[in-house]
Amino acid sequence: MDRAVHDRGGWPTDAPIDRSEHDLADWELLTDALVHVLAGKGLMNVDELRRGIESMPPDEYERASYYERWLYSIETILTEKGVLAPGELNA
Amino acid sequence: MSEHDHDHPHEPIAGDGLPAATRARALEELLVEKGVVSRTEVREEIDWLVSRSPADGARLVARAWIDPEFKQRLLADAREAALELGLDPGPSPVVLAVENTETVHHMVVCTLCSCYPRALLGPPPDWYKSLPYRSRAVSDPRGVLTEFGVELNEDVELRVLDSTANIRYLVVPRRPEGTEELGEEELAALITRDSMIGVSRPVVPA
Amino acid sequence: MTYRVGQRVRIAARPHEGHHRTPAYCKGKTGRIERIHASFPNPETRAYGEDGLPEKRLYSVGFNPDDFRVSVDIYEHWLEDAE
Repeated sequence: MDRAVHDRGGWPTDAPIDRSEHDLADWELLTDALVHVLAGKGLMNVDELRRGIESMPPDEYERASYYERWLYSIETILTEKGVLAPGELNA
Repeated sequence: MSEHDHDHPHEPIAGDGLPAATRARALEELLVEKGVVSRTEVREEIDWLVSRSPADGARLVARAWIDPEFKQRLLADAREAALELGLDPGPSPVVLAVENTETVHHMVVCTLCSCYPRALLGPPPDWYKSLPYRSRAVSDPRGVLTEFGVELNEDVELRVLDSTANIRYLVVPRRPEGTEELGEEELAALITRDSMIGVSRPVVPA
Repeated sequence: MTYRVGQRVRIAARPHEGHHRTPAYCKGKTGRIERIHASFPNPETRAYGEDGLPEKRLYSVGFNPDDFRVSVDIYEHWLEDAE
């Protein structure tokens, strides 16, 4: 059965688990906080966040860091809803 | 195919090639300018996020170890049990505590993303969110536990919980032998974040 | 259909375009209901700006891929009776 790139349970891999950890950078905390604040305002719910992440092109999903995926999702969802104009963040 | 979560420069992923840190700040600026969010709201949310730590989860477990009736309440409804101790269980609608016993060892994963009882444990470690963990936790959990230094007896059932929906899971690890004389705070100090995810055991006192 | 604890169920093996929370490794597996959770708004529609109503009942389903057990939270409309 085909599976989407985020659907990782049982995905073939021999990769060891890298147990190193990092403190969240300021921009990562900021990204996390933005999602929570947007959710509180009914502008972006957790299902939309996940859907936005899952809509990333597969190779980008795999290369992206965790909060890069969140950022991609926020931009996707808010642009879809007209809160951001397409490409507005690039201006 | 490896995933890294470090904030070092690499080929930027989304959009026009700006590094993520720049994009995130630009996004905040835009949303504040548009009146969609306020800087105060964002700061307050950040304050809440950084206030979260495994100490809260450890308090729940330590109380459960010394008070069997509290343990039953914890297993019945972890959100209510947290509120009982004055802890913040967070916005997740349901938090379920599951108990490790002589015969069952639990391990938690979110294969689809990174669902985690963040309010009670703090932010999830990078490895929990990593592709290898999400993959192997449900195909080779014993191998994963071995990597974390845990070997289970043959007669212990290994149960992996995949948080695919709105339930967040918290593992109540087994109380180590030789801790009968310890008070609640001393017990809480033994209970690690990883033992409440299920990839480790509590620290054994010297 | 509602399910009871201990009931044998099969997780549907159907393809699904778009957001859903039934992992590929579970599709087609047979297991047992371990818990009856609350009902929640359907993530499959809520992910696209709808309200997710009517809510869907969530169940914990357990099955044994090997020498371990997996318990996975699956929505009612992905389950079939397998008794």
